[in-house]
Amino acid sequence: MGKLPREGNAMSGLTQSQSAQSNGHPTVDPTRVPYRVFTDPELYAREQEVLFRGPTWNYLCLEAELRNPGDFRANFVGETPVFITRDAKGELHALVNRCAHRGAMVCREVRGNRKTMVCPYHQWSYDLNGALRGVPFRRGINGRGGYAADFKLSEHSLTPLKVATYRGLVFGTFSDSVAPLPEYLGPGMCEHLDTIFNRPVTVLGFSRQLIKGNWKVYAENTKDPYHGSLLHMFHATFGSYRSSQDGGMVVEGFNSKMIALRAEEAQEVSVYTKESVQSFSKTLKLADPSLLASRPEFDRFTTTIQFIFPTLVIQQISNTLATRQIVPRGVDRFELLVTYFGYEDDDPELRNMRIKQSNLIGPAGLIALEDGYAVELVQRAVSYDSHATSYIELGGRGIENQDSLVTETAIRGFWKGYGELMGLRWGASADGHNGTARAN
Amino acid sequence: MDTTELRAQIEDLIDAYVDCLDSDRLEEWPDFFTERCIYKVIPYENATLGMPIPLMYGDSRGMLRDRIVAHRNANFFAPHLYRHLVSHIRIVGRENGAISTRANYAVFRTMLDPSDYGRSELFSVGVYQDVIVFEDGKPRFKEKIVVVDTSQVPTLLVTPL
Repeated sequence: MGKLPREGNAMSGLTQSQSAQSNGHPTVDPTRVPYRVFTDPELYAREQEVLFRGPTWNYLCLEAELRNPGDFRANFVGETPVFITRDAKGELHALVNRCAHRGAMVCREVRGNRKTMVCPYHQWSYDLNGALRGVPFRRGINGRGGYAADFKLSEHSLTPLKVATYRGLVFGTFSDSVAPLPEYLGPGMCEHLDTIFNRPVTVLGFSRQLIKGNWKVYAENTKDPYHGSLLHMFHATFGSYRSSQDGGMVVEGFNSKMIALRAEEAQEVSVYTKESVQSFSKTLKLADPSLLASRPEFDRFTTTIQFIFPTLVIQQISNTLATRQIVPRGVDRFELLVTYFGYEDDDPELRNMRIKQSNLIGPAGLIALEDGYAVELVQRAVSYDSHATSYIELGGRGIENQDSLVTETAIRGFWKGYGELMGLRWGASADGHNGTARAN
Repeated sequence: MDTTELRAQIEDLIDAYVDCLDSDRLEEWPDFFTERCIYKVIPYENATLGMPIPLMYGDSRGMLRDRIVAHRNANFFAPHLYRHLVSHIRIVGRENGAISTRANYAVFRTMLDPSDYGRSELFSVGVYQDVIVFEDGKPRFKEKIVVVDTSQVPTLLVTPL
């Protein structure tokens, strides 16, 4: 792969620019995205700095995972290893998981409870707020060796992230300039979080998937209501489809949410029959429909999928509730880490519904497992033609709220936000010429 | 039934079960279970934390059938083969005719799609925690809990383990 083109160089597909606007034209055409964004390792490296260490709030965990003083949880922001702690005073901290001495990973378990974090390499010991507590042989042995007299513990703390919480969701940022968390989320996104996280939650489990695709292919997937009933054919196959084409998208910059509303079965059947959607069947019936037993919790919403840039998805599908975190693992793979939760006050029947319905979602989910496959189909097909572009004009070319699920408005919002944050230009509208993009 | 005979019956059951999955006779798979049963695939991570969320779950033969009907008719995934290796089968309990067993398993997955045709990888490794009962002299799984050490699923899980 060649070097990332510099501003002013003629090139095809993609250009780096310093300014957000050029000649009054939008810098990014969100309806035509060069596949190179999924394949270029240099772009991927820049994302780590510009995006994950830039003005973004990155989801870290649920507060419910860190109930007690001393609780900790390891995670990643982009590819940077971090860990999150609750200290003795009950305060939350997020720290880069790298010893200030010689760079070893300090927190070596996924989760647990400790009073201090000790780097195993030379036993440098840190408080849970990242402050260095002590180093062995600081004054050497018998007056020989050790650190100089001006060595100060306070100058060798772990690198902190700024932490903020909203409704029990913990976020961290490396940025001093990012907007405060509620403003970053946006009022529509906050309203939805207020609905889903309306009372204390309890974690019911985790799932992990390693998918061989760029993390943004999956980001597109979660902002794409079009595929919902076409790629995932379970409900259509069994005539059990309850989540209608009725619904809409709320788009706030690069954040968004998809809402599908409850519909009458008859209406759904007619939609499928009329449109001759592949494999719709009136003959197959579930032998045991208790799989789908559910209880309405959120008004008429059957499914809501919320995307918080850059890597958080909050899903409510029937009675299943989960956060999904996209963890990039190189330009062509990512891990999907799903945290399933219910409410502390769930009665046993509702709790069992959540558990049973988890059959539908996750790595083996009857209405979800196709997503990993779809991502890999895209990644394989774009690998050797990275200047070609996708076509994202479903529901028009704009980026706005729409009262329809047959739209790609939220995907366009993602690419516009991504392109601007990364300082990229692409598409015909960038310079008035078709096909190539240039910076002036 | 003496222990030698019982062991032989259990090994035959597990051999037949594995053979069914590895030779893609998935329609026969639910018949290895009792009508009311538990089939649960759960990540090691959740099992050790005492958390209930499974990857796959069925509590009736019908629900297992539904999964196979979905596999054949609804789900999209890259075609693949499984090859199970099962070892260290041991009986850990006998109560009221129900025999509790443990066995280690490893599943190698070979891809059959155009991109990766013929490529094999270790797909899943873990432990079968089974409760076996005899119905009309025929052993069946009343419970099969698959604790998956490979908590990080490669791409997706659609064919039962």
